Amino acid sequence: MADIVDSSKAGTTPPAEPVERRPLPRWVITLASIAVMLTLWEIFGRRVNPVFGSYPSAIAVAFWDLAVSGQLWSALYESLRPFVLGYGLAILIGVPLGLFIGGFRTAEAALGIYVTAGYAMPLVALVPLLILWLGLGFAVKVAVVFLMALFPICINTWLGVVAVPKTLIEVGKSFVAPDLVILRRIVLPATLPYIMAGIRLAVGRAVVAMVIAEFFTTISGLGAVIINSANNFDTATMFVPIIILMVMAIGLNWLIGFVERTVAPWQAEIAGRERE
Amino acid sequence: MGEVTFLDVSKRFSLRVDGEIHHVQALDRVNFTVKDGEIVALIGPSGCGKTTALRVAMGLDASTGGRVTVDGREVHGCGHDRGMVFQHAELLPWLSAMQNVMFGLEMKGMHGTELRETAEKYLELVGLKESQNRRPHQLSGGMKQRVGIARALAIDPKVLLMDEPFGALDAQTRESLQAELLDLHARTGKTILFVTHDLDEAVLIADRIVIMKSGRVQEVMNVPLKRPRPDLGVVRGMPEFAETRYKVWRAIHDGATVH
Repeated sequence: MADIVDSSKAGTTPPAEPVERRPLPRWVITLASIAVMLTLWEIFGRRVNPVFGSYPSAIAVAFWDLAVSGQLWSALYESLRPFVLGYGLAILIGVPLGLFIGGFRTAEAALGIYVTAGYAMPLVALVPLLILWLGLGFAVKVAVVFLMALFPICINTWLGVVAVPKTLIEVGKSFVAPDLVILRRIVLPATLPYIMAGIRLAVGRAVVAMVIAEFFTTISGLGAVIINSANNFDTATMFVPIIILMVMAIGLNWLIGFVERTVAPWQAEIAGRERE
Repeated sequence: MGEVTFLDVSKRFSLRVDGEIHHVQALDRVNFTVKDGEIVALIGPSGCGKTTALRVAMGLDASTGGRVTVDGREVHGCGHDRGMVFQHAELLPWLSAMQNVMFGLEMKGMHGTELRETAEKYLELVGLKESQNRRPHQLSGGMKQRVGIARALAIDPKVLLMDEPFGALDAQTRESLQAELLDLHARTGKTILFVTHDLDEAVLIADRIVIMKSGRVQEVMNVPLKRPRPDLGVVRGMPEFAETRYKVWRAIHDGATVH
C-alpha cells in the first residue's frame, strides 16, 4: 500500500535522480573498530592493577623495549622456524592425503577414521610422548605444529573432494579422461576453495601449537618471552608476543586469501562478491 | 557413419527407501535404432528411463542386459565416438569457453596449434568466437549450452548425445538454440540422439520420436516434416506439425495410438 501512495506522489513532482550511496570500504570499518577497541582497552585497562592486566600504551612501551634490545627479533626468529616448517609440511602432506582419501572409496574407508580421530586428538597430552621420541629441541616443535595443522587441512580437502559435483566428473569421463587427469584437472580445481579454507583454519591452530611447543619443550622463542615476563609479573611485556602472534595470524590469513584469489579467481567471481 | 542401435537393453538398479530395498527396472528390453545422420528424440514422462537410455549409450551407466552398438561396435564405457551434451552444460567453471572446448580435444590427444585452431573453429560454429575468453559465469545460459555443444562437436564424434540440452533455458533462448541445432545438423550431418520432455521440441527437431514409458519403448513415430527446416516458425504453422504433436501427446497420455 505504502508503495502505491509513494508512487502517486512521485508522479506529481519528477523524482530526483537517486544518488548511489557508496558503502564505506571494509578497511575503514575495520580500522574504526580497532580504534574503538584500543581506546576502550586503554581507558579501562589503566584502572586495573598492572599485575592483573595491561593496556595498549604500556604494551607499546614494552614492545619498544623488547624491539630495541633485539630480544624480540631473536625470539620471533626462533619461533618462526619450527612454525614455517611444521605448517609447510602440513600443507604439503595434508592436501595430497585429503585428495587421496576423498578420491578413493577404499582409502576413505581405511584412513578416514584416523584423520577424523586425529583432528580431535588432545595434542597437549601427547607432547610428553613426543618429547620422548624427538627430544626437546627443534624437531619436536616442528612435529607439534605439523600435527595440529595437518588435520584441518586434510579434512577440508577430503570434504572438498566429496563435494565435487558428480556431473563435472562425468564430463571428464565422457571425454575419456583417465582417473589421474580427472583428479588433477577437475577434482583438484573444484576442491581448491575447500583446500584454501583448510589452510586458513590451520593458521590459528598452528600458532597455538607453536606456543604450546615452546611452553612444554625447551622454553624458547616468543613462548619464552611470555613465560619469563609472566613470572616477573610484567604483564605488559607478556602481552607483546601474544599480540604479535595474533597480528601474525591475521597477516597470514590475509596472505592466504590473496593467494586464493590469485589461484582460484573464479570462486570469488561466482560468489559475486569481493572479500577483504 | 554413425548408427546407434539399442539391442534388448535393460537396466535394473536397487534403491533403499526407508530401509526397504526397491528394485527399479529403469530400462526393459529397449530396442531402437538411430540411423546415420538422423535426429531421434527420446520422450516420455519423467522416470520413464529416457535419460538412463542416453547414459547407457554414452557409457556413463552400464546396462544390466542387452547392448548398445555404434556402427556395429558394442559400447563399453565412454569413447570419443560419442559426444555428450549435458543438461546444464556442465562447463568447468575455472576454464574459459575456449579452454572448455580444448579440454575435450586434449583428452583426444590433440595439442599445439591444431588444438587451438580446432577449438576456435567450433566456437565460431556456435557463434561464440568473440566470447572465447569468458569464463562460464560470464556467459548466459544459452551461451553456456552453445559452448557445451561446441565441446561435444569438436571431438568430431559419430554421434551427438544430448540430455535435455535446452530444458533449463528460457523459451526464447530455447527456440533460437533449437534452430541453431538444426542448422548445425544440416552443416555437419551428425547423428543426434536427444532426450527431451518438450513435445514441441521433439516434433520440431526430430526425424523420429521414440516414446518411452516405464522403461519400455512404447512407440516409435515418424515426423512427416521435410528437411531442411530453416524456419521453425513456419514449421509450427504446418498442419503436419500440429497433427504429429497431437499424436505424440495422445501416445504419452493414454498409451493409445491415434490413427
